[in-house]
Amino acid sequence: MSLQVIDASVVYPGQRGRSSTEALHAVNLTVEAGEFVVVLGASGCGKSTLLNLIAGFVAPTAGRIVLDGQNIQGPGADRSVVFQKHALLPWLNVRDNVAFGLSLQGRGKAERYKISEHFIEILGLRGFEDAPVYTLSGGMQQRVGIARALTCDPKLLLLDEPLGALDALTRERAQELILRVWDGSGKSVLLITHSVEEALFMGTKLIVMSPRPGRITHTFELSFSRRFLAGQTARSVKASADFIALREQVLQIIFADEEAA
Amino acid sequence: MSDNPAARPAAPVVERRGLLARLARARPTQPGEIYGVPGAGETRMLSIATIAVLIFIWWLSTTLGWVKPLFVPAPQAIVQDFVTILRRGYTGEPLWLHVGISTARVFGAFMLACLIGIPLGLAMGISPVMRGIFDPPIEFYRPIPPLAYLPLMIIWFGIGETSKVLLIFLSVFAPVALGARSGVRSAAIEQIHAAYSFGATRWQVLMRVILPSAMPEILTAMRIGIGFGWTTLVAAEMVAATSGLGYMVLSASQFLQTGIVIMGIIVIAAIAYMFDLIMRMLERRLVPWKGRM
Repeated sequence: MSLQVIDASVVYPGQRGRSSTEALHAVNLTVEAGEFVVVLGASGCGKSTLLNLIAGFVAPTAGRIVLDGQNIQGPGADRSVVFQKHALLPWLNVRDNVAFGLSLQGRGKAERYKISEHFIEILGLRGFEDAPVYTLSGGMQQRVGIARALTCDPKLLLLDEPLGALDALTRERAQELILRVWDGSGKSVLLITHSVEEALFMGTKLIVMSPRPGRITHTFELSFSRRFLAGQTARSVKASADFIALREQVLQIIFADEEAA
Repeated sequence: MSDNPAARPAAPVVERRGLLARLARARPTQPGEIYGVPGAGETRMLSIATIAVLIFIWWLSTTLGWVKPLFVPAPQAIVQDFVTILRRGYTGEPLWLHVGISTARVFGAFMLACLIGIPLGLAMGISPVMRGIFDPPIEFYRPIPPLAYLPLMIIWFGIGETSKVLLIFLSVFAPVALGARSGVRSAAIEQIHAAYSFGATRWQVLMRVILPSAMPEILTAMRIGIGFGWTTLVAAEMVAATSGLGYMVLSASQFLQTGIVIMGIIVIAAIAYMFDLIMRMLERRLVPWKGRM
């Protein structure tokens, strides 16, 4: 798997006399197999537009999005998306929500459930298979959302602030869980987040974006998740001196953008 | 000893309950209640009491002769009329037949309206072409009282069952179609986008995301629709009917049989209420997730 965003710009046309806005300006980005890319930035910097571009919901005004040598033409199961909320189907129970993508692909019931079983297990949803999703807590609902995206066996998992609505404690647990699921799966992940700490902890590559027009201003290579996966506790990783130093550095970049606005 | 202030009973705490306390709401709620929820509280006893008081006033005013029986017969006279008609029927037809034929007209028209109105409403919701075509005629006829176009129905379709059912159909059709149309917008954009990102086709998104999401609103529209159906029944049975509850009420009124008029009204109300209960039950069964996600 290899994804290239090449000189991509997105311009939203102005409505009723207002001038058009350039949500993304000449963005270049590469996501290689097994990479965990995190996108961070002040609000209005085009993070979500970038994700929509890669998901295939939005076409670039200029530039190209190339996945394994082919231009992206609309959304597809090789790029499953997990949203912050409201994306589960309340008329289906947990098992059928997890198997939803497979059912869209026309797989038989036995096969669907067999594949779903695995992801229900690793995301800690065992025992809740028959529960209606609206009875679950926010954290569990997000795990259903992640399990559902994984059953489609995407090459690239697109996470659009999936943990943004969770409480702090649940959020940390979910970060660890996602890292463990990602580790060794060989899958690539693109995560959009507002939390600098989450970004540094989870990513192998950090992209910092700036608004007006939305563009990439900084790129950092990260290895904090490696330390966690090698056995160090999440808290001690997040409390280490180099983590804190980088966190403050990134925060300053983002605050400078906010103040410039 | 009795001078010891600690031994004196504390001043009684004034317990303020009921509506005034709720309106004033100076104090926190009891555990288990939520502070500041508008309209919270049980209403069943109040409703039962209201009905009892209304019937009592009705009984009192007829028994004391405040109103003539021609205008308002006594409650017991209505019961008497009901028993008589239950035994002997009305105009040669047993009561169950009047009930049956009216229910068949309303329910038949309702089914037809759902069968056509729901798919059309959904189509209007998802296709600007369909919306452009069907929006003007539906919005044009919707606010017109059925009695106004009743003569047209008779001129065009005669005095048979067609015009009766069609009149009820038209009154049910608009709310059902418009409900289905706005139900299309119930699906969250995240649900739709997620489905597409799992490789769904447009048709799959429509059938497996948009349609189920629209179900709560469609069911609500059906509930409103069948209510309109019963409302239009009497108008429909003005057309040369020889049976039906609406016919019964109309013909009884011509003979100044006020008791039968009131009885007929109560029977119609009771059946309509029963239909509403069935629709509510269906709602609980089919869309238990309504408003919860």
